[in-house]
Amino acid sequence: MIQLLKSREAILAAAILVLIGLISTRYSDFAAPSNLINVFNDTSILIMLALGQMVVIVSRCIDLSVASNLALTGMVVATLNMMAPGVPVPVLLLIAVAFGAMLGAINGVLVWKLDLPPIVVTLGTLTIFRGLIFLISNGEWINAHEMTAGFKAFPRYDVFGLSLLSWLAIATIAAFFVLVTRTPLGRAFFAVGGNPHAAVYTGIDVGYTRCLAFIISGAVAGLCGYLWVARYAVAYVDIAGGFELEVVAACVIGGISIAGGIGSVGGAVLGALFLGIVKNALPVVDISPFWQLAISGAAIIIAVAFNARSERKKGRIILKQAERLA
Amino acid sequence: MGILKKFVTAATIGVAILASTAAAQAETKRIALVVKALGIGFFEAAAKGAEEAAKELGDVEIIYTGPTDTTAEGQIEVINSLIAQKVDAIAVSANDTDALVPTLKKAMDRGIKVISWDSGVAKEGRQLHLNPSSNPLIGNMIIKLAADNLPDGGDVAVLSATTTSTNQNTWIEEMNKVMGNYPGINVVATVYGDDKADKSYTEAQGLMKAHPNLKAIIAPTSVGIVAAAQAVSDAGKAGEINVTGLGLPSEMAGHIASGASKSFAIWNPIDLGYSATMLAYSLINGAEATPGAEIPMGRMGSLTLNEDTEGAMADPFVYDASNIEAFKDIF
Repeated sequence: MIQLLKSREAILAAAILVLIGLISTRYSDFAAPSNLINVFNDTSILIMLALGQMVVIVSRCIDLSVASNLALTGMVVATLNMMAPGVPVPVLLLIAVAFGAMLGAINGVLVWKLDLPPIVVTLGTLTIFRGLIFLISNGEWINAHEMTAGFKAFPRYDVFGLSLLSWLAIATIAAFFVLVTRTPLGRAFFAVGGNPHAAVYTGIDVGYTRCLAFIISGAVAGLCGYLWVARYAVAYVDIAGGFELEVVAACVIGGISIAGGIGSVGGAVLGALFLGIVKNALPVVDISPFWQLAISGAAIIIAVAFNARSERKKGRIILKQAERLA
Repeated sequence: MGILKKFVTAATIGVAILASTAAAQAETKRIALVVKALGIGFFEAAAKGAEEAAKELGDVEIIYTGPTDTTAEGQIEVINSLIAQKVDAIAVSANDTDALVPTLKKAMDRGIKVISWDSGVAKEGRQLHLNPSSNPLIGNMIIKLAADNLPDGGDVAVLSATTTSTNQNTWIEEMNKVMGNYPGINVVATVYGDDKADKSYTEAQGLMKAHPNLKAIIAPTSVGIVAAAQAVSDAGKAGEINVTGLGLPSEMAGHIASGASKSFAIWNPIDLGYSATMLAYSLINGAEATPGAEIPMGRMGSLTLNEDTEGAMADPFVYDASNIEAFKDIF
């Protein structure tokens, strides 16, 4: 099983290297370290969101509200920054994380206590959060000149050649690695997603575990909300519209099974990087914008095809063992 | 007797004319400016323009009104109440092309002059429509903005909305038609940011990477221009690459200050409100809104109507460091 996952990550890593190689033939500077640093920086937010989404998907749920959560939290911190320019950025960062976690908890509690299907709950909150942004902002934009310089500078701050945004992504990767591989909670996500009934017998509270997954995903989305608004220096109702699909796509490309129970931190990161590289490369290699969509879509379908095959194998093995036992 | 009769007739007519003009002077014309929704900076600015026109004309009272949210139903209610108040003219920026037609027809049946401006009403629901600008004027303006800052010519690129955005595609087409007037300016690429901040930002980064000699990015979309300006600032190329196109002063103020954008354009809502009022006044005073007609609109010149009785006001208004402060709080 672990062997399989490892090999799938290896395949994806190889695919990324081939991709970079292919792009380099059309745009020679793409593989330059400075450019790759830029690409990583551009992909940081997607990586973080994909990691948050990963724990949700692994526990056999889905969080479609991440992009709306990001946009709402972004608008909240941007409004705070505009109304009270004196509030320091670290405090805003904490507010963003807490607010995002609270929005995630709404999803989690609905899934846990009312036992509603996660796709329905998060589809609902997706629209509700967008609506709330409109209520807060009255449909108006918060623009670059209305934000303080410190607010906008934080993600761009350069530390040892990388932006603080990139460092935050690296820290998030490390935190998720520890969470998923070294904590009981991390294992519980896999148990709940792999076989919820069996998880109950091992003493895991399925609903509670899923709720925590949503809270984690929400907290990450909240953090990204601030980073997004600060990075693009603008907040309005439609920011990150449709981004949730990109986040789910990154997870799927990274080999995280939509059916739950399968996935890894490395997979999510590589899946996000794959999409990030495609997104960054397509504008420079001068491919028709109509093809860009087709290429991203093809990558997703190929990845799902890979997943479907590996999941089928898993089913057969269980049956064989059952046969042998009988 | 014959002479006396003629004299009396002439005198009677003279008195009648005097009386009617006196009545007209005494009675102020009430022109209603109906907007998409109240509380939107753009329309508040248009109302200012309307007041300016009213002051200039002297005998005009402006009724600035509209629904609280941008719905056609809300506008219909507002217009019904204006009909009941027997205003002289209604100038509307419509939330729906067709939904307002029956109500506006009713208004015209009662002798109220109806024009639409900014966002139009179907032909049968109004006497004329005032477009803020025209596609050829916008197409020319966006390339002119780039060319004006490039006396020696250079490479420019276009960052549009989506591949299927009708407005942007038309403007880019019109821009390409007049490229011959701007020798030395090469459009090296047209990319699409889908009117999303993140995609537009990435596309702008891509343009800078793929075209090291790029001198300007033209973004005829308000989301794209802001994202491109931010990307140029982040790349440390503010002042080197000029981001221009169509944007809103409130959204672009920071980027004008940073130097990432030297100038950009958008219709001036004050001029728009002013012109709408002037046109409505002309109609009240007997101007006929027929195809080909030229209707005066004060300091904005005159509006020439096409076969659909539509006309274009003027070139988009250019905003730069000299006037951005005054406009950034308006819209």
